[in-house]
Amino acid sequence: MSITLTESAANHVLKFMEGRGTGLGIRLGVRTSGCSGMAYVLEFADESEADDVIFEDHGVKVLVDPKSMLYLDGTELDFTREGLNEGFKFNNPNVKDACGCGESFNV
Amino acid sequence: MALLQLSEPGQTAAPHQRRLAAGIDLGTTNSLVATVRSGNAETLPDPEGRHLLPSVVRYTEAGIIVGDEAKARAIDDPLNTILSVKRMVGRGLEDIKSLGGRLPYSYKQEQTTVPRIHTVAGDVSAVEVSAEILKALAIRAEETLEGDLEGVVITVPAHFDDAQRQATKDAARVAGLKVMRLLNEPTAAAVAYGLDSGSSGVHAIYDLGGGTFDISILRLNRGVFEVLSTGGNSALGGDDLDRVVAEWIMRQAGISDDAGHSLLRQLMHDACAAKEALTRTAVTELDVDLGNGARWQGLLTREQFNELVDPLIRKTLAPCRRALRDANLSREEIEDVVMVGGSTRVPRVRDLVGEFFQTPPLVEIDPDRVVAVGAAIQADILVGNKSDEEILLLDVNPLSLGIETMGGLVEKIIPRNTPIPVARAQEFTTFKDGQTAMAVHVLQGERELVTDNRSLARFELREIPPMVAGAARIQVTFAVDADGLLSVEAMEQSSGARASIEVKPSYGLTDGEIETMLRESFEHAREDVEVRRLREVQVEARRVIEALGAALSEDGDRLLDAAERKQVESALAELEAIAEDRDHHVIRKGMESLEKVCEFYVERRMNASVSQAMSGHKVDEFE
Repeated sequence: MSITLTESAANHVLKFMEGRGTGLGIRLGVRTSGCSGMAYVLEFADESEADDVIFEDHGVKVLVDPKSMLYLDGTELDFTREGLNEGFKFNNPNVKDACGCGESFNV
Repeated sequence: MALLQLSEPGQTAAPHQRRLAAGIDLGTTNSLVATVRSGNAETLPDPEGRHLLPSVVRYTEAGIIVGDEAKARAIDDPLNTILSVKRMVGRGLEDIKSLGGRLPYSYKQEQTTVPRIHTVAGDVSAVEVSAEILKALAIRAEETLEGDLEGVVITVPAHFDDAQRQATKDAARVAGLKVMRLLNEPTAAAVAYGLDSGSSGVHAIYDLGGGTFDISILRLNRGVFEVLSTGGNSALGGDDLDRVVAEWIMRQAGISDDAGHSLLRQLMHDACAAKEALTRTAVTELDVDLGNGARWQGLLTREQFNELVDPLIRKTLAPCRRALRDANLSREEIEDVVMVGGSTRVPRVRDLVGEFFQTPPLVEIDPDRVVAVGAAIQADILVGNKSDEEILLLDVNPLSLGIETMGGLVEKIIPRNTPIPVARAQEFTTFKDGQTAMAVHVLQGERELVTDNRSLARFELREIPPMVAGAARIQVTFAVDADGLLSVEAMEQSSGARASIEVKPSYGLTDGEIETMLRESFEHAREDVEVRRLREVQVEARRVIEALGAALSEDGDRLLDAAERKQVESALAELEAIAEDRDHHVIRKGMESLEKVCEFYVERRMNASVSQAMSGHKVDEFE
């Protein structure tokens, strides 16, 4: 089981956390909603839950609840620029198809 | 796939439910748009990587161009290229003309009070021009964020009055944007530095832009920023620093004052480049193309530069001193000084300002972007991307709001520095018997007399049931919404007759007048009180004359013989003669002596009305 961050993603997370001033790490997750089944959760984490699976990559603590872990195993979190926009991207090997917008997906 | 941003814990939005918001700094020279992504507020660049959008709009037959491309044509197409439209927003034609020769446009005076600028693409108002700038920024934000903006926060100078705020809001509406709030620029800068996270404190915001200087003293009190005082100079900025450097080059290079326009423009450009270079290095090389193949080369050191610009920078300290005095504060009481505006990059500015306020100024956030960043943070909170615990930043009403009462006096209903939104009501009554209408004159300002304040609106409450003077109860309600915009309602309590107005501002103040309004109220405090006392006595005397006249025509013949009536009438005439006297003692004495003369008449009237009330009744009914 693993979740990894690209160097670019880790650098941005560290920068954002520094700007925020507080926080344990980031929380990755999935929840059911959206047009194509599942949607990603990407948040700052201030505290960990008892069941959380915790990874550390490039100096960033990543917290994932065990249920989400089933859908996220092997995911690499990247930070990229597309046109004027920039942000995080889940490279998730479990995904079979995503909706056109990419905000939700199926496994 | 769509790119995701880090949310606050528990605040991840459902897909397609992301709440996008932006902060907009709508500036005189340049404008910016900023947003919060992954908890980080930043300004957004255009595809060429430029963050600043010049606030320039060019109208052509083929369409409307905004920004750098418009600015590039400002010289060869001056009539259709609108610069510095912010100076015109919410102003009447007379005000704009008084801004001087800087604005070359041809205006059309319509029946309305809003002046329109004539261009090849038709006549446009300042609101429409501003809307084009807002539209360009909104498009940039929406393309960047890949979604529609749910709302925006737009910043305005602290000294903007209701008319200018309303016009800014109108521009946003024309641009199809929902304004969640207008935020004072100094407040936005303070928010960008997180000064609102403290519990209290006094801060100075020093804003030296391209062409204007503003100083604001803010006090944070339980999460609310109050604007304690503002000051500035609307004709002093970075351009003036460039000018003194350009003049120095002319002296060094032996260029005469009547040099051609293009050479002078080139010199201003070189001077600006030298100024910017000297923020990084101690000495810079100048290489000026004098035309006809000749060049002038020379060195400018930071020391020389400092000497050149010192008098200009020191000119900004006088308004700082005045702002402190208006706020009743000493320099030591200022906790932080926030630097805003590109010209605060000049090290000498930072040094002198730090020396003046005796604290190193805050410079970590890009001074060109700090206002937009603060607006973006505020927009992010207002649109609901933060948890509920975040305190919502409030603003305050910058100038008192009130209505005109008899004698040309102002009754303040919402005092200045009241946190907004707010609604306050006050009861008024009629002055004359049988009065069926009342004019409500809405005013803004700190002075006691109507003529010294700014007139915002007038309306009439009609259908007041006829009653004796003083019997009607008319409730006047002032409500200021979160953007500082005013609505006024008047209602007669017994009949329910009502009338209201959204402030349709009557444009009429020049820049300088707005800036000095507050100061004048302090300077004239004493004489204002004197004037108020006098006017109140004058009104009282007129009321007495009115009432006595009414009484005489009602029962004077019945209750008084000819000699008595003459006595009362001559006393009345005496008071009438002095009712407008400049000395309130004289009027008061006149009223007292009239009262004495009329004592017997008042007594008789009282007896008459009592016996009238008792007639037809038996005495024991009253026991």
